[in-house]
Amino acid sequence: MDTRPFARLPGDRLVFLDGHFVPGLSRVGTGPEGCVVASLGAAFQTHAGLLEKHLTRYARGSANPFTALNDAYFTDGALIHVPAGQVIEHPVQLVFVASGEEEGRAQHVRNLILAGAGSQFTVVEHYLGRGNATTVTNAVTELVAAEQVVMDHLKFQDETRAAYHFAAVHAELGRASQVNLHSFALGSRLSRHNIHTALNGEGLECVLNGLYLTDGDQLADHYMVVEHAQPHTASHEYFNGILEGRSRGVFHGRILVRPGAQKTDAKQTNKNLLLSDDATVNTKPQLEIYADDVKCTHGATVGQLPPEQIFYLRSRGLPLDTAQRMLIHAFAGEIIDRVRCAPLREELDRLLWDRLEQDAQIQVGPHASSSCRTN
Amino acid sequence: MAGKAILKGISLTIGPGEVHAVMGPNGSGKSTLAAVLAGREGYDITAGEVRYLGQDLLDLDPEERARAGLFLAFQYPVEIPGVNSTYFLKSALNEQRKHRGLAELDAMEFLKLVKEKIKLLDLNEDLLKRAVNVGFSGGEKKRNEIFQMAVLDPTLAVLDETDSGLDIDALRVVSEGVNKLRGPGKAQLVITHYQRLLNHIVPDYVHVLMEGRIVRSGGKELALELEDRGYDWISRELQLAA
Ligand SMILES: Nc1ncnc2c1ncn2[C@@H]1O[C@H](COP(=O)(O)OP(=O)(O)OP(=O)(O)O)[C@@H](O)[C@H]1O
Ligand SMILES: [Mg+2]
Repeated sequence: MDTRPFARLPGDRLVFLDGHFVPGLSRVGTGPEGCVVASLGAAFQTHAGLLEKHLTRYARGSANPFTALNDAYFTDGALIHVPAGQVIEHPVQLVFVASGEEEGRAQHVRNLILAGAGSQFTVVEHYLGRGNATTVTNAVTELVAAEQVVMDHLKFQDETRAAYHFAAVHAELGRASQVNLHSFALGSRLSRHNIHTALNGEGLECVLNGLYLTDGDQLADHYMVVEHAQPHTASHEYFNGILEGRSRGVFHGRILVRPGAQKTDAKQTNKNLLLSDDATVNTKPQLEIYADDVKCTHGATVGQLPPEQIFYLRSRGLPLDTAQRMLIHAFAGEIIDRVRCAPLREELDRLLWDRLEQDAQIQVGPHASSSCRTN
Repeated sequence: MAGKAILKGISLTIGPGEVHAVMGPNGSGKSTLAAVLAGREGYDITAGEVRYLGQDLLDLDPEERARAGLFLAFQYPVEIPGVNSTYFLKSALNEQRKHRGLAELDAMEFLKLVKEKIKLLDLNEDLLKRAVNVGFSGGEKKRNEIFQMAVLDPTLAVLDETDSGLDIDALRVVSEGVNKLRGPGKAQLVITHYQRLLNHIVPDYVHVLMEGRIVRSGGKELALELEDRGYDWISRELQLAA
């Protein structure tokens, strides 16, 4: 586990193996007093009231069969409760390992994140796998943010090429909050990530930020619903895809502006870099607007690396493959740069860079810094 | 390009340490000449050769040309979002040094070099913290090209309209910078529309390019004559001769 990405970052961490909590690999209690980071199993003993009130109340099984399955079968997961005004400095990590020890084993996990008014913190959900067996992951996270919450939620999906990964994040966000939901999809044969955010309070800003990096016969599918339920809310979706081999990417972004949600500002961008002739991408914006004073924009691009940029780099002496990698890295960097927590961002940068150029000799220097706090 | 012949008759010899100016009307093929020299893709070279320091230049990839000491200052420098200027230039310099059997510069050594060269161009150091050419003004882009030239220290520099878009003070600063990069064994091919630049960067030879041909060559006084009389008289003389 020590070589696992993010392993060196300090802070609380809960590790689950095939959907079961592993206390020996976990670490809790590093955050401020009053903050709860616990497995659901433990939380049922200590915080039954919170779970009773919130768990399975937001993600709707009726709208998604995988969520319905999850409702019925989840074995464990995490409760994170950050009371009003609390700040957690280091990212809280939830690590879900699919052991791959048995063909076809499925893990159903459930997480509940409760952010009190004015709280600030970062949560990482890291999904990874071992072995060659086919595995199935079905994860559902419910996030409820009160007002003026500043938080980043980052899902890093890096399961094996024999994995089928289904996940959903359902976020209910309150007034004047700034919430960033990141999704990095690198692994799995097939992955599908549903994000539903409900923007329930004025002055709130939500960023959905994602990167999918696929090759071989991978399929990475993102399905987003951003629901502007109140006036004066802003949502920005930025998804970049880098596709090789015969892999496929799907971006489906639905923006729903409820009646009365005036002054909605919704922006959606999906950019794709196809690095092979056989890679494909389906990008589908879908706007449903029931208010008249709103600003909604969407744009999608699918293309190769710009030849004039490649030529410029080469004309200065950089070899073609280095020039290409620099541009690919820059393309991924647009997404990585939106992660607010600096140590996490640097770790991601290093990771993605390694992944993009396994065999390269260029070095970039991520400088480890210690704190997650933005300014 | 789609069957269009752009360059049809270029014969040019540039000796070590010489500065040659190329002038000519819009669309006459000046940038195409620069692009072909630097190795941009998309041009079919149907005839002719380019010898550079004993090598067949056209046989080399763009990066090989750069490592052999060729530099192109672009007429329109390319913006590269997400690629940090300093990182880019350091990688490029070290790539070139590596191929010449020189030790790569570490961060400190490179920084020292940058500080020295940036003064030459009076360029704002903050620009180097940004992505390559992104958010640079037109003039800053041009200065940045010459700054890169100063760092890479080429044997043959091709400057494509480096003067366009520069204000009068910037023109002086940039020309002085270019002049400081002159030296024995270092040649420059300066493409421009204006005699003004050649007051600062004084060429040994001036060539007139029209419709893809070098139709006249002379000393620096040819530039003055062009400034005075335009290009029409050359066309007329050519017609008469034909
Ligand atoms: N890639 C291309 N495809 C088609 N035509 C081209 C291409 N590049 C250049 N040309 C044409 O070749 C001719 C010469 O262009 P070039 O850019 O070399 O001119 P120039 O002398 O640099 O002009 P200017 O003074 O305006 O910069 C023009 O007619 C131009 O349209
Ligand atoms: Mg030109």
